[in-house]
Amino acid sequence: MPIIKTDKYPLDAYLRTERLPHVWCPGCGLGIVLNAFLRAMQNLGMDPDKTVVVSGIGCTGRTAGYVKMDSFHTTHGRAIPFALGIKAARPDLNVVVFSGDGDLFSIGGNHIIHAARRNIDITVIAVNNFVYGMTGGQLAPTTPETSITTTSPYGNLESPFNMAGLMAIAGASYVARWTTVHARRLEKGLEKALSKRGFSFVEVMSPCPTTFGRRNKMKDIIDSMMYYQKYAVIKDNPNPLDGVIKPNEKFVMGEFMDAEDEPTFDDKVWELTKRDFLETSQADRAKWILEHRRHLETLATLIAGENIGPQEGDDHE
Amino acid sequence: MSNKNNSGDDFLSGDAAAAEGAIAAGCRFFAGYPITPSSEVAERMARRLPEVGGIFIQMEDELSSMAAILGGSWAGRKSMTATSGPGFSLMMENYGLGIMTETPTVIVNVQRGGPSTGLPTLLGQGEFMQARFGTHGSLEAIALAPESPQECFDFTIRAFNLAERFRTPVILLMDESVGHLFEKVRIPPHDEIEIINRKTPKEVPYAPFEPDEDLIPPMPPLGEGHHIHVTGLTHDEEGRPEMTPARQEKLMSRLVNKIRLHKDEIIDIEEEQLEDADVIVVAYGITARSARRAMVLAREKGIKAGLFRLKTVWPFPTERLEELSKQGKEFVVAEVNAGQAHIMVEQAIRKKATFVGKFGGEPHRPEEILKAIEEALHADN
Amino acid sequence: MVTEAEKQRLLEREAATIPRGEVYIVEERCKGCGLCIAFCPKKVLVQSDRINEKGYHPPELVEKPPVDVCINCGFCERICPDFAIFVKEKKVNDSEQ
Repeated sequence: MPIIKTDKYPLDAYLRTERLPHVWCPGCGLGIVLNAFLRAMQNLGMDPDKTVVVSGIGCTGRTAGYVKMDSFHTTHGRAIPFALGIKAARPDLNVVVFSGDGDLFSIGGNHIIHAARRNIDITVIAVNNFVYGMTGGQLAPTTPETSITTTSPYGNLESPFNMAGLMAIAGASYVARWTTVHARRLEKGLEKALSKRGFSFVEVMSPCPTTFGRRNKMKDIIDSMMYYQKYAVIKDNPNPLDGVIKPNEKFVMGEFMDAEDEPTFDDKVWELTKRDFLETSQADRAKWILEHRRHLETLATLIAGENIGPQEGDDHE
Repeated sequence: MSNKNNSGDDFLSGDAAAAEGAIAAGCRFFAGYPITPSSEVAERMARRLPEVGGIFIQMEDELSSMAAILGGSWAGRKSMTATSGPGFSLMMENYGLGIMTETPTVIVNVQRGGPSTGLPTLLGQGEFMQARFGTHGSLEAIALAPESPQECFDFTIRAFNLAERFRTPVILLMDESVGHLFEKVRIPPHDEIEIINRKTPKEVPYAPFEPDEDLIPPMPPLGEGHHIHVTGLTHDEEGRPEMTPARQEKLMSRLVNKIRLHKDEIIDIEEEQLEDADVIVVAYGITARSARRAMVLAREKGIKAGLFRLKTVWPFPTERLEELSKQGKEFVVAEVNAGQAHIMVEQAIRKKATFVGKFGGEPHRPEEILKAIEEALHADN
Repeated sequence: MVTEAEKQRLLEREAATIPRGEVYIVEERCKGCGLCIAFCPKKVLVQSDRINEKGYHPPELVEKPPVDVCINCGFCERICPDFAIFVKEKKVNDSEQ
């Protein structure tokens, strides 16, 4: 029986179908990430009318233009503070940030660190293709050493961020890393991230055959995708510090951080608007604030695997 | 500490009055970053906003502050930030995003001596041009310049009303002298204050950039099935990116005409003793107060001087100045910079205007402006 | 030692119990990237000769029952970046293969 031609696709209700086919290159992983995200939304029964997608600039940033939801295509690096403004003012909405490694960690680096620290209740899907794709393939803060890019024609001298590690240390309550070739795990992983309260960060390794793969010995689309098949290793509860990526070597993926019940920024800001809170004593307010503090030392213990903080017997002279 | 419904007389600084004006106008979202001499605006908002159910966030920098207030505005809250020169420069990119996405919001710039770090605690008026031309691209801007704490209160309300009416960011161009001046401010009862809110569409879904006849689109709220798409790229009525010359012409003409065609409604000038004036002094902010005194001193000396005070600095009142120039009057421009409004005045009047500037740090002494008035009078002798 | 006949019978029995899928394509969206073809575990997708509106070659389904058939795994649907290909479970009677 031959392939059946049709003009309707199961996820079309979530897509601005009049804008398809999308601008992304053949073999680009972004469509796979968006696919997994929409499937995750569908599986969770998330209401697209109450979901807002905010993106930055870059290929990943174009995601906002394809979802049939309230969506914002903002300026380079500033998707997260824009999303914070929306979430703080409308905590009833699900706010999802879709952006690329350069947008979130280079120009936007400052904002994402603070967002993790504050534990803002948003989900950030950070697509990592090791390069600045939209502008032709310049190096990014995630580009592995030795990679050829248009601004590292002799090979990249710099070492990349371990995004997962950075996010966990900054205080994100959920951190995971998946790849586009592990499409089923990606879908389940996004379901988990979207269900969690607090700052959920998912790094998705994705191929850019056009500007990165092609220049770095991955001669075609399948090669670029197979890089992740070849080198990704799934670990159970890996240490976020274990997320370092070296060129042409195995790297770890999985759930790097999964903290329970971390108080969110939105909860606390809204508490301030309550009359009782304002009219009580400063001592009582301080008590409430401490009861709702981030358990950053617990997160630190989860990372370091041992007791954190000054201990009995520590030298204090 | 003001009472909750805050009406009555108070003794406030310009910064504090701006904050109270914002709250009176219905502002319920503030995101900002501390910078002298504007920090007091943020500090007052931090204390007052929770009392009225508003959200205050100190952001990590000015770039994120500007982004957050755009987000807050789209999420349905009137929003504001406050900064000074260095922060204003950082906000420029996202200010452009606000213009392009037609997002109502208010940006307070309490100007200080510049450029660069300059004089953090002292007067400057160096962002007159930047308020209009500071972001890249062509656009029309709306900016107001109060000269007293009372005007800080009143103009902030007006700024919000203009922002909501024209669906655009509006700049409140204060200066450090006015910001740190303490004077009596009368806060009227809430029902005596005129508040304008953004138009919202009746149909669902509504394209977020589909204009009405007045060129201003109603603004659909989030979370109600409008599925709006908002982008900084050149876009069509539905927010779909369309990067062509034809679309650029269509969109940019509307954005520019949205303001230009309503200039008469926006421009607000104080004209004092212009009818018989031989010399007119153009000034704004704190400088206008020195200029007013200079006008009085000049009149005492028998010189027919008048004051043309810019209460709105953008859109610039080119036509009115042109009209006055045709009556044969001479002009003096006084400002605390190296000549910015001066350029606009000369362009309007098509002849030279005497400039009396100060680089920053202190206001003009009336005598300095008087000297310029005398110079202007004898200019073509 | 299993005879050829027994092997064939076992394969046919297995073929009757594994899921079967129908493969659908929204041709105008396909960009001919080849990911669905490369990642299909049963290798039943091949590049067709025809071209779509944008000039790409969409995939074609070439089944050779009872073994080389679409098993409704859904991987092509998940790995396609273009929302172009998807599968639906095909209900098969015992008499069909």
